[in-house]
Amino acid sequence: MRVTEHPILNFQKGAKVKFYYNDLELEGYEGETIAAALHANGIRTMRESIHLHRPRGLFCNIGNCSSCLMVVDGKPNVRVCVEKLRAGIRVQTQRGKGELK
Amino acid sequence: MLAQNGIPTAEDLARVRPTAERLARGPVAVAECFQNIPCDPCYHSCKRQAIKPFADINDRPQVDHDQCNGCGMCLMRCPGLAIFVIDHTYGETEALVKLPYEFLPLPNEGDVVDAVNRAGKVVGEARVEKVQSGAKLDGTSVVWLSVPKDLSMEVRHFKIREVR
Amino acid sequence: MKQTEICIVGGGPAGLTAALKAAALGAAVTLIDRNDYLGGQLIKQTHRFFGSKQQRASERGINIARELAAAVQNEERITVLTGATVLGYYKDGVITVEQNEQYLKIKPQKIIMATGGAEKSLAFPNNDLPGIYGAGAVQTLVNVYGVKPGNRVLMVGAGNIGVIVSYQLLQAGVEVAAIIEAAPAIGAYWVHASKVVRAGVPIYTGHTIKRAWGEKEVEGATIIRLDGKWQPVPGSEKDLDVDVICLSVGLSPLTELLWQAGCRMRFVPELGGHVPLRNELLETSVPGIYVAGDVSGIEEASAAMMEGALAGLNAAKALGYDAPDFAQQRDNIIKELAELRSGPVGEKIRNGLVKAGLA
Repeated sequence: MRVTEHPILNFQKGAKVKFYYNDLELEGYEGETIAAALHANGIRTMRESIHLHRPRGLFCNIGNCSSCLMVVDGKPNVRVCVEKLRAGIRVQTQRGKGELK
Repeated sequence: MLAQNGIPTAEDLARVRPTAERLARGPVAVAECFQNIPCDPCYHSCKRQAIKPFADINDRPQVDHDQCNGCGMCLMRCPGLAIFVIDHTYGETEALVKLPYEFLPLPNEGDVVDAVNRAGKVVGEARVEKVQSGAKLDGTSVVWLSVPKDLSMEVRHFKIREVR
Repeated sequence: MKQTEICIVGGGPAGLTAALKAAALGAAVTLIDRNDYLGGQLIKQTHRFFGSKQQRASERGINIARELAAAVQNEERITVLTGATVLGYYKDGVITVEQNEQYLKIKPQKIIMATGGAEKSLAFPNNDLPGIYGAGAVQTLVNVYGVKPGNRVLMVGAGNIGVIVSYQLLQAGVEVAAIIEAAPAIGAYWVHASKVVRAGVPIYTGHTIKRAWGEKEVEGATIIRLDGKWQPVPGSEKDLDVDVICLSVGLSPLTELLWQAGCRMRFVPELGGHVPLRNELLETSVPGIYVAGDVSGIEEASAAMMEGALAGLNAAKALGYDAPDFAQQRDNIIKELAELRSGPVGEKIRNGLVKAGLA
């Protein structure tokens, strides 16, 4: 779900990289946020709410609201709307509050 | 009503419409700006002082249609994409409507497109006579449509027909 | 501990102009932004700005961001810290910052808070489903990253942001089913509204969202008409087949640091929520802390840029920096700002500002 042509903007993309969402291998571009890369792959659910286990996605997309917390390379509570995509990272749906190991 | 649905009324338009005699004389700008907002690039863009000086930045443009030669400078500068150039001398039965357009794909010259009014409804067909675009226009292209004369004050947008 | 003369928190339109003006007078400035770029929300404003020629009217926000950011980077008196999040303000005037997982302490002589605003949400059943975003969030996704949020959008709110983002969605090739607005009139500039309406997007004023549908993600929405007393009209429901709902129901100032600093605050609905009281120099009740832009009241970016310029000048002047034309520079900005707010569309801001004044 990428914008293919735009009357005003030219999108500068970084190198194409592979990354993992849960166990799925996906592609995105270096330099874009994890949230953008997931959306480009049609994935809009980032975590489960703590008490009712309802699906949660992106809301503010600029690092304010904490709706998009995920587990990135084992680290929980990462705001994927501002965290940049890197080659090979493992991004997982966050369930619960997360624990630091 | 404009404030309720974004569509200017016939009364709104009557206030900015050039006279029939003026339309018959050649291209002229129609500034469809009906709200006092802090904005004045149209005034600064006019080389002929056809847009009356703003006493206040919240003034609405008042185009002196006799002074205006329809050059289209204001059309290209209006941040609200609310200025159009109408030319009733284009043909026997057809008028030219020049409108700002910021979508892709751009139409090709010679294309027949659906002519769309201010409410987003198709009201007839138009022919694309010219497309001005390029870096200087910074993303706001100007599309010249020829439409039947009686639609020149109706058509303000168009839809490219889907290729079957 | 790092020392600086003026510390500016936030590198959006207000922070950038504040830095440029303060540095031009001679002050040493440290500009901090949590993003790895400067420009704040300007970097996704693809539309041409309103305002006067002096305020870069008719230029696109993205271009203004580029120019201001470049000017800041080229100014040797400005130290820029990007990817740096201000964590707190302490009683002794120290600001703490996280950058690259390092903890920094900065002791400025003056501070300009230009932290901006955050999008508000709206209460309705299922408003937490994935696929429901702030309108600004979708603007970031589409205009910064070139990624679509979905295929068909319901926009809730017909203020400038809702209407402009709808237009920008169309430009990116995303369908917009409708724009709804609870108020009886469109809040956006009417020329913006006309642009989207002629492109085929209906605007329904006096309508609100009753609920969103969907199990795991948004699959639809029910909208409903409101009567003259803002009450839903039974039987007027309409179901819309959409996979994205954008909420454009206002912003509130991001004032955490001001609260921490003990600035006197007041709830002013016209300005978006709690705002700092400030004097005509844009200085808060805590001497040496200035405010500019949306953090002091939600307004347009052109106003933010002028407030930034004013705060920058005033903070530098308070440190003893001066220029032969200082008074003229300041008076010009004050005059332009007053003109910008003088019309009918500025009435709400004017009413709000009266309540936010520091005696």
